[in-house]
Amino acid sequence: MSVVLAICVAMLGIAALLLVIRISRGPTMLDRVVALDVLVAVVICGLALEAAVNRHGTTLPILGVLSLLGFVGSVTIARFTRGSDDVEAEES
Amino acid sequence: MSAATDVVAAALLVLGALLTLTAAIGIVRFPDVLTRMHSATKPQVLGLLAILFGLGLRLHDLRSVGLLALVALFQLVTSPIASHMVGRASFRAGHVGSDLVVDELTGVLPPPQDSAES
Repeated sequence: MSVVLAICVAMLGIAALLLVIRISRGPTMLDRVVALDVLVAVVICGLALEAAVNRHGTTLPILGVLSLLGFVGSVTIARFTRGSDDVEAEES
Repeated sequence: MSAATDVVAAALLVLGALLTLTAAIGIVRFPDVLTRMHSATKPQVLGLLAILFGLGLRLHDLRSVGLLALVALFQLVTSPIASHMVGRASFRAGHVGSDLVVDELTGVLPPPQDSAES
């Protein structure tokens, strides 16, 4: 199992690094939101990986919380970003 | 029996991590928001489901598997909604270029505001 852990941690680490690069470079706010959403998925995958290797279920509620947190974050930014006409249409 | 399920679980974990890595490479290299969203759905749905399935095979516990099913359900329900809202905001802000094959919205919507960085 330790070989699997090493391979998976390496891949997830590289993925997180690439996503942080996209978050810092992304030309628009929506690019950053997409990358941030995937970064939350990477964190969920990492927690699940650790729970699978050590055979414990302590961190399972955190997985649910994180999956809902990523959803709320991206929907909030997509709704209130500039150019999304939802807010202006309601105010007028 | 236990060894066999462990092998399957390990394969699923590696598959999920590999999908995540592929999606991250796609997010860095693809040119605009819509193609990046295409690549972003891989770890959000398939990779996460693979890793959660592997975790369920490792744990062998009914309560934990119920929690994992709940996490998978949340992700399956919320990910399309978030992608829809991001794509909608991106189109209405004018970020989507004129290289679309089918575009039925441009004539219907009011013209986009200036696509300055927000």
